[in-house]
Amino acid sequence: MSVIAGAVSDTLVLSRRSIRRIQRQPDLLVGFTVQPVMFVLLFVYVFGGAIETPGLDYVDFLMPGILVQSIVFGGFVTALGLAEDIKKGLIDRFRSLPMWGPAVVSGRILADVGTNIIQLVVMVPVGIAAGFRFDNGLAQIVAGFALLLLLGYAFSWVFAFIGLTASSPEASNAFGFTILFPLTFISSAFVPVESMPGWLQAFAEINPFTTMVDAARSLFIGTPAHNDVWGAVVWALVIIGVFGSLSVWRYRRTVSR
Amino acid sequence: MTVDPAIEAAIEATGLRKSYGDVEALRGVDLNVATGTVFGLLGPNGAGKTTAVRILTTLLRPDGGSARVAGYDVVRDDARVRERIGLAGQSAAVDENLTGFENLYMVGRLYHLGRQASRERARDLLEQFELSDAGDRLARTYSGGMRRRLDLGAALVAQPPILFLDEPTTGLDPRSRLGLWEAIETLVGRGTTVLLTTQYLDEADRLAHRIAVIDQGLVIAEGTPDELKAQVGGDRLEIRLCEGADREAAVAALAPLARERPQVDDGLLRAPVAERRVIAEAVRRLDDAGVAIDDIALHGPTLDDVFLQLTGHAAEPQDEEVAEAVKV
Repeated sequence: MSVIAGAVSDTLVLSRRSIRRIQRQPDLLVGFTVQPVMFVLLFVYVFGGAIETPGLDYVDFLMPGILVQSIVFGGFVTALGLAEDIKKGLIDRFRSLPMWGPAVVSGRILADVGTNIIQLVVMVPVGIAAGFRFDNGLAQIVAGFALLLLLGYAFSWVFAFIGLTASSPEASNAFGFTILFPLTFISSAFVPVESMPGWLQAFAEINPFTTMVDAARSLFIGTPAHNDVWGAVVWALVIIGVFGSLSVWRYRRTVSR
Repeated sequence: MTVDPAIEAAIEATGLRKSYGDVEALRGVDLNVATGTVFGLLGPNGAGKTTAVRILTTLLRPDGGSARVAGYDVVRDDARVRERIGLAGQSAAVDENLTGFENLYMVGRLYHLGRQASRERARDLLEQFELSDAGDRLARTYSGGMRRRLDLGAALVAQPPILFLDEPTTGLDPRSRLGLWEAIETLVGRGTTVLLTTQYLDEADRLAHRIAVIDQGLVIAEGTPDELKAQVGGDRLEIRLCEGADREAAVAALAPLARERPQVDDGLLRAPVAERRVIAEAVRRLDDAGVAIDDIALHGPTLDDVFLQLTGHAAEPQDEEVAEAVKV
């Protein structure tokens, strides 16, 4: 078997393993379906009345932001799974096999793309039921979904690195949520940046999540795009490059703890 | 470089060193394991056993020294080494969310066996390790012994000529332990070379042709099990005397059975004996001498005895730092 065929086969074998896990621990599904849906409903109906979004209904403003946030966090399963592999010794087994090593990570990330699609399929209809309307050409809307999946893929690599670095599955969870969660909030995802205090605005403006959310918003509801779409793609590629290399480097040095 | 693995030692390590920060886990370890034999690496927690196995299985790079497995260098030819080894670690590395069959099938596919071959191999191994009935159950429902057997099966999927077993029975109940020993003996009967680490002298004694005793990162003794046990002094009779019993009479009564003069310490009499069938005789002699006893037992030499003999200190886990450092 050639190296490339071997790598593809190993990735597929291990992504199937990740998908099986979700079938067998259905409570994981709650994390990336029920939770985002709850967020949509809470924000639209609880905060929606209190947040001013000039020129837009709040639900139209919110949906692109909450889709970006949910997709980005879909990768937490990868962090959790890798941290568990390390804790339970599976990482030693995989690393002692004559397989393509990075497949342990890439298999999980491929499975994440599947769960990201499930997230979108669940969340979009809920958003529409709550009053969200797409307002752009079909090509732009499709590009918007492609961008979301690209972002999900990029952040899976971030979570992979977190999972390989954290000292335990619990720690990997805490890591992800205490660092990334505030970052998504200090962005244009849930409120207009202009409504924040001045010092926070400065941070929110340079926060890549603002670029990503603005890009999704422009593709889904036709708000001005500026350079946000390209900016979001560049951010995604940079994240993939940096965290992809870090994860593979880290994997080759990881033994079970 | 032309090397014929068949005429070489299966495992050969020279001067292996590995540190984690300030802690030296291995301080120059030499090992030589002949093809087709079982080699026991015996030592307490933190002695460096797992670090040695991880270097030999290409999971860790040594800081110094070199090692060849199946004739290939573990650093330069790591991919070739991985094609020729199986590893079953301490933690029973099975995926709990897969069934027993799926675990073995997955490993087969990762060895690039075809689908059909992987399926057949998985079924064979389930049968070999008496897991056929549980093959379609999720591994998280398995008992500790079943998990270890499944883990051992996974290490054997590609029928590797060299097998590394890192404390295969630690934490198992006596029955599961015996079952696993029998499984290992069957493999050895088919010519597999095994390097086994253990904290238990009886395990090394039963399974290994040769034993290296490792302590604080160094091999402190090596030999056949009989050589080591002879060095330590064999079995020991331990008798708890009743309150107020005549110690001198007890020592005098047992002296003819013992290889050395029995010692009494705080009501506990210890007598090294050469024969295992001395308990009845000892009880008779003590009875004749009018010495009342609370308890009597025969102890085989333990790892502690080996350590006490070889190093002057007990084998209790003292190298917490090493265990901690492994986490880095």
